[in-house]
Amino acid sequence: MPVTIRLQSEDFDAAAEAASLTRGRTDIGAVVTFSGICRGSEAGAPVAAMTLEHYPGMAEAEIARHVEEAEARWPLFGVTIIHRYGRMVPGDNIVLVVTAASHRGDAFAAAEFLMDYLKTRAPFWKQEERPDGTAWVDAKATDDSAADRWAKPRQAADPRHAAE
Amino acid sequence: MSVKLLYFAWVRERIGKGEEVVDLPAGVATVADLMTWLAGRGEEYAFAFENPKVIRAAINRTHVKPNAVIAGAKEVAFFPPMTGG
Repeated sequence: MPVTIRLQSEDFDAAAEAASLTRGRTDIGAVVTFSGICRGSEAGAPVAAMTLEHYPGMAEAEIARHVEEAEARWPLFGVTIIHRYGRMVPGDNIVLVVTAASHRGDAFAAAEFLMDYLKTRAPFWKQEERPDGTAWVDAKATDDSAADRWAKPRQAADPRHAAE
Repeated sequence: MSVKLLYFAWVRERIGKGEEVVDLPAGVATVADLMTWLAGRGEEYAFAFENPKVIRAAINRTHVKPNAVIAGAKEVAFFPPMTGG
């Protein structure tokens, strides 16, 4: 399975990345593309910019471990993950997950799984520029519970697959 | 035993540096022991590790729990819960 994992400060082109995953292939019937984008407000308060710090070396390794896990769970034909670091302003791309499979169910589930784990296990930290100064973003309990549901047996975790 | 320590996000800011190499005294066996020892190295460390329950750790770039043994580790990292994605 083609796997691309990139950490970069530069922007990415989601459409180009999706196209490069499917180019020349006739077995892929579904591509899911998720882009995470910098928001201009958080809980009603304006955010001028955010800076993403990461742990070089571990971030790539941790993402690769989760891609392997996704490949073991779903019949995938390709995965591309790009995570940016550095300073971003509202409207900027932050993260890209592209999954390719024969059918949409597997591509959707794998993309969601990868995003849930990226948020809670990949070593990245966001610092926001708010009107009253800069502040590190607190981890959200809802992100933990989103990731935890994948730890359950697959059919219980994702009822969409139960009837397949 | 000498080990490289890495700090990220507000752990790094509180300590005032991103990395250092330290010689571990005898008796520092686990990640939890290491946090306790570090917290005693000065007020900036005490501030960083004031609530060790919220600090996450990695040994050789893999997530570990506080009871993980650090013998043989090349690199131990401490950081807050992750907020990427």
